[in-house]
Amino acid sequence: MNDSTYKRIEQNPRFQELVAKRDRFAWSLSFLMLGLYVAFILLIAFEPQVLGARISDDSPITWGLPIGVGLIVAAFALTGIYVKRANGEFDEMNKEILKEAQQ
Amino acid sequence: MIGRVFSALGLLALAPTLWAAGAIEGEVQRQPLNVSAIIMFVLFVAATLGITYWAAKRSKSASDFYSAGGRITGFQNGLAIAGDYMSAASFLGISALVFTSGYDGLIYSIGFLVGWPIILFLMAERLRNLGRYTFADVASYRLGQTQIRTLSASGTLVVVAFYLIAQMVGAGKLIELLFGLNYHVAVVLVGVLMVLYVLFGGMLATTWVQIIKAVLLLSGASFMALMVLKHVNFDFATLFSEAIKVHPKGEAIMSPGGLVKDPISAISLGLALMFGTAGLPHILMRFFTVGDAKEARKSVFFATGFIGYFYILTFIIGFGAILLVSTNPAFKDSTGALLGGTNMAAVHLADAVGGSLFLGFISAVAFATILAVVAGLTLSGASAVSHDLYASVIKKGKANERDELRVSKVTTLILGVLAIVLGIAFEKQNIAFMVGLAFSIAASCNFPVLILSMYWKRLTTRGAMLGGWLGLITAVALMVLGPTIWVQILGHEKPIYPYEYPALFSMIVAFVGIWFFSITDRSAAANEEQNKFYSQFVRSQTGLGASGAVAH
Repeated sequence: MNDSTYKRIEQNPRFQELVAKRDRFAWSLSFLMLGLYVAFILLIAFEPQVLGARISDDSPITWGLPIGVGLIVAAFALTGIYVKRANGEFDEMNKEILKEAQQ
Repeated sequence: MIGRVFSALGLLALAPTLWAAGAIEGEVQRQPLNVSAIIMFVLFVAATLGITYWAAKRSKSASDFYSAGGRITGFQNGLAIAGDYMSAASFLGISALVFTSGYDGLIYSIGFLVGWPIILFLMAERLRNLGRYTFADVASYRLGQTQIRTLSASGTLVVVAFYLIAQMVGAGKLIELLFGLNYHVAVVLVGVLMVLYVLFGGMLATTWVQIIKAVLLLSGASFMALMVLKHVNFDFATLFSEAIKVHPKGEAIMSPGGLVKDPISAISLGLALMFGTAGLPHILMRFFTVGDAKEARKSVFFATGFIGYFYILTFIIGFGAILLVSTNPAFKDSTGALLGGTNMAAVHLADAVGGSLFLGFISAVAFATILAVVAGLTLSGASAVSHDLYASVIKKGKANERDELRVSKVTTLILGVLAIVLGIAFEKQNIAFMVGLAFSIAASCNFPVLILSMYWKRLTTRGAMLGGWLGLITAVALMVLGPTIWVQILGHEKPIYPYEYPALFSMIVAFVGIWFFSITDRSAAANEEQNKFYSQFVRSQTGLGASGAVAH
């Protein structure tokens, strides 16, 4: 691929918009995922009894279970959210940028 | 208070060993011959060899061999990645952990999973857009080919070697446990089969072996979880209250418990686990088997889903084993311990819920798991030698494809022989540290160079090379001087480096080294490398110029 095409794309404001949008999205989701995980670890460290508390008096199920399983589901859901937007909106923008560049 | 955070992080400390080798370390008692397991395993081998034959007819070019021509779909690749993650030891080890400690097992599995979304958000599409066959393609994109490929290939080979030894020894122990066969039979069998898959079927066969195994393992585990739930009439409350009643720890199995003494080791291993995954060559190369960034993203989405589902299943299986295995004297020896050790909890549960035929199935799948993982390891080792060392370093990018392929096939054979020899040599050795070390090196050498090459404009060849080697050497040196090798294996009285795992320090060394030797690099070449960043950046973002799927 020749260098001038890359240079042209780099200077295209649409490209810069795409990069800014995608970066913001990717980093926000990363921090969200890490934040949830760190919160979970902190809970284990400082308030383990919260996770060990029963969700109701007559149930053996503790809060730790829905929270733990919820984290697994959240990891899956977040990847789903990212893929949906990246493979849809972002890839559309990308296609247009590439089309412009090839003209 | 801080100490408690550390100890909580310490929950991660056992993780990598659980993941890949922990379940099958140490002394195992050979079990009686398990005929149905052997028959099922023979069926699996026959099916996978059939696939290898089919793949061999389709694998002609280098691109077929290294990356299945980029024609694997996101869904298939997701299953294959999940397959790489769901090893025999994670299945047996995590369910055993749930069996003995309850809730802690869930905490461990969550630790494994959180790395994946991050890999998707920050790495997957850039990797796919920049690379072709190996992660060195990405790391050396705008840097000195010779230096960076030599570094990456060394990083790859060291990681592959340690990982391979751990898996071979694991295979030997597992076959004694599950099939009642001899250790050496397993090592030779695994060595021969993995060479056959890779040599003739390349990446296409390796991927399909992994996919089949993943499907078998997921189906088997689903069936077990279903039978456990059926036993309690699909009422989770019953499952847990019954488990609390029969478990020696009682209520404690429903809340966080077991903690680790040494916080630095714990953090170190936690780091190795998270960032090591993003530096494991056999996982990274899977990103090049799909056609474009779109499919690469989908792969991680499906992989995360399958892995998460699998962990939920192992949790149910562990509790099922508390109910159905720990209460049944048929699964215990005279002292009341589980036959074959606690790692057999899931295997005994298979017997309890599905009879001897299903027990055979689960045993065969557990063993097949090792085969699928070592095939991937061998392929990534062979690619590093032929694509990075031979074609790019020795032939300076002027090798013809036929010679390059020949080199990779010869390397595959050599790796196979080496794996068998090492597997036998290490039979009686303590191999627990090897997987931890493999992860630590991946996190301290491969990962820093790779991530900075994609994100940091000012990275130069000198910085990447010196920092990368420093990280690699520090990781190995600290490991040798640490308690496992220096004291337990070499027999010295006191370790020179007091902690179990090196990643915390070796990662800092690598990152600081790369940073320092890059910013102080005032050479003309460095300047030029920085100027090339924008074209790499545009390609990584848009996929313009990326290698696509090969049409047949």
